[in-house]
Amino acid sequence: MKLTKLLATAAVAMGLATTAMAEKTKVGFIYVGPVGDGGWTYEHDQGRKAVVAEFGDQVETVYQENVPEGADAERAITQMALQGADLIFTTSFGYMDPTINVAKKFPNVKFEHATGYKTSDNVSIYSARFYEGRAIQGHIAGNMTESNIIGYIASFPIPEVIRGINSAYIHAKKVNPDVQFKIIWAYTWFDPAKEADAAKALIEQGADVILQHTDSTAPQAAAQAAGNVVTFGQASDMGEYAPFPRVSSIIDDWAPYYIARTKAVMDGTWETKSTWDGIGAGMVGIGEISDRVPADVKAEALAMKEALASGEYHAFTGPINKQDGTPWLAEGETADDGTLAGMSFYVEGIEGDVPN
Amino acid sequence: MDLSAISPTLLIASLMVAATPLLLAAIGELVVEKAGVLNLGVEGMMIVGAVCGFAVSVETGSPYLGILAAMAGGAILSMLFAFLTQFALANQVASGLALTLFGLGLSALMGQSYVGVKPPVMGKVDIPVLSDLPFVGHILFGHDIVLYMGLGLTAAVWAVLKYTRAGLVLRAVGENHEAAHALGYHVVRVRILAILFGGACAGLGGAYISLIRVPQWTEGMTAGIGWIALALVVFASWKPWRVLLGAYLFGGINVLQLNLQAAGIAIPVEYLAMSPYLITIIVLVILSADKSAAPASLGRPFHASN
Repeated sequence: MKLTKLLATAAVAMGLATTAMAEKTKVGFIYVGPVGDGGWTYEHDQGRKAVVAEFGDQVETVYQENVPEGADAERAITQMALQGADLIFTTSFGYMDPTINVAKKFPNVKFEHATGYKTSDNVSIYSARFYEGRAIQGHIAGNMTESNIIGYIASFPIPEVIRGINSAYIHAKKVNPDVQFKIIWAYTWFDPAKEADAAKALIEQGADVILQHTDSTAPQAAAQAAGNVVTFGQASDMGEYAPFPRVSSIIDDWAPYYIARTKAVMDGTWETKSTWDGIGAGMVGIGEISDRVPADVKAEALAMKEALASGEYHAFTGPINKQDGTPWLAEGETADDGTLAGMSFYVEGIEGDVPN
Repeated sequence: MDLSAISPTLLIASLMVAATPLLLAAIGELVVEKAGVLNLGVEGMMIVGAVCGFAVSVETGSPYLGILAAMAGGAILSMLFAFLTQFALANQVASGLALTLFGLGLSALMGQSYVGVKPPVMGKVDIPVLSDLPFVGHILFGHDIVLYMGLGLTAAVWAVLKYTRAGLVLRAVGENHEAAHALGYHVVRVRILAILFGGACAGLGGAYISLIRVPQWTEGMTAGIGWIALALVVFASWKPWRVLLGAYLFGGINVLQLNLQAAGIAIPVEYLAMSPYLITIIVLVILSADKSAAPASLGRPFHASN
């Protein structure tokens, strides 16, 4: 008897708890790495915390870390939707198809996919114009390299990464015609040991600037151990490696966007849209440029940042040829968003092929 | 393409570093499996070792104390597994998976205040004349002490398993625990000791990543190397020297393919990226043509009353 009573009470309590929760807006986040990666996922989680700080008791947030890109992501997103999430942010490129698939099954749940290009009635996409930050990095890197070899740790051959490489290369080449890019595709977003190995391989082959498009701070540590190698923070400030080797950084700021979209779901005004903001809108921040960068270079970099923010300058301004020498942008022409969103080619001067 | 940009001495030196965490974890797991226990918690024990070693090194300023703490951390975590599987007779596969999940969570919690901290540097062994020899000096005699421990451990495990009475008992327990029990050996005690040894080795391997190879603490930094160690033990047919070969092949080709990419060699990157897995598997499968089998009692629970 007693046990039944206990169970009944528990069931009632749980029922009450569920009703109480149902009044809250539940926001879910799917992360590709751990929240403590110090880079990409860390910043998304800062955005999640900002949502909690903004709405307090009105929201409940849930997240899942280390979700592999691909089939397993579909399971993780489905599970989150089944748990009653009203809005789900899937924060890596590889979640694109899984997000679309799950969204079809849950028409009442809103989905937001980062860095992809597929939308539907209940799937919005958002990304940041990281390539604007890469332009500034390229400018600083081209000025600071003495060996004229810049190492680049790339993750996966997707448009976002290729845009970054092109943008950095164009601006490094502009200030240093002898500059050469050595690119390693790590095929991972997060694997500190492998990222460190890649950084070491580049350094051993003469690179004295390392740009990374992977999420951990391991390349920073490898550069610090090597000594005279310049790095830039990726996705997060990575300020613990400032003032050297980290001389500046690209910082993602998702908080305003996450707050706005959560608000839209609460108000019932959520609509499918495609957001692609850059330095001007504050989605891409440039971390403090340290004093190890010569003062004139720093001034030029900051001027470029202003010009990019105001829209006066576009990071892809012609004349630019594709790698095979065919013209892409004519003198003064700027790249359209469609081409940038699907970019799959290197610009002229970069050696090697884009993997398929 | 510019192959001259790759320096053979630096390449070999860094492949040895890349292979060491894998070797340490795999050699520990080999002993565990030889005793008839399947511990899938290698990843969890490695990451706990990584954070314990890192934290103690930072607090005390001594990387050597950190190494000891890493071994202790891995071994303590493995005690949980030993308790569950040897006393509570829980399923080994489930307990091992749980150990990995627990280790990942625990390490994230323990490591919170160590993100972005720089660990004390471990000195390299410097043998006066030998380290200065051209070419071989840098490759063979210019490393840290843990790397040599890995090699020494491989030789020791091989010798103990093959030539000593203790090794014979351990193998007997792994092959047929009922027979070993009938002969009067303490199956459970032998297995617990093997599990602790495996935990210590995995912890050491983890600390090698956080203290020497990277060196920093980041959540989840072992990134699956524990699973590769588990696979390596199977592909190496439970033989120590093959584990060494496999670890060096895997670590070596990984470092080599990164170097080849940086040098801009004309092999498509996709093939380079998959080559470490492919080549290691092919070589070890060819070697295992002698049909060496798994320890017969592997994964089976034992209780003296049966």
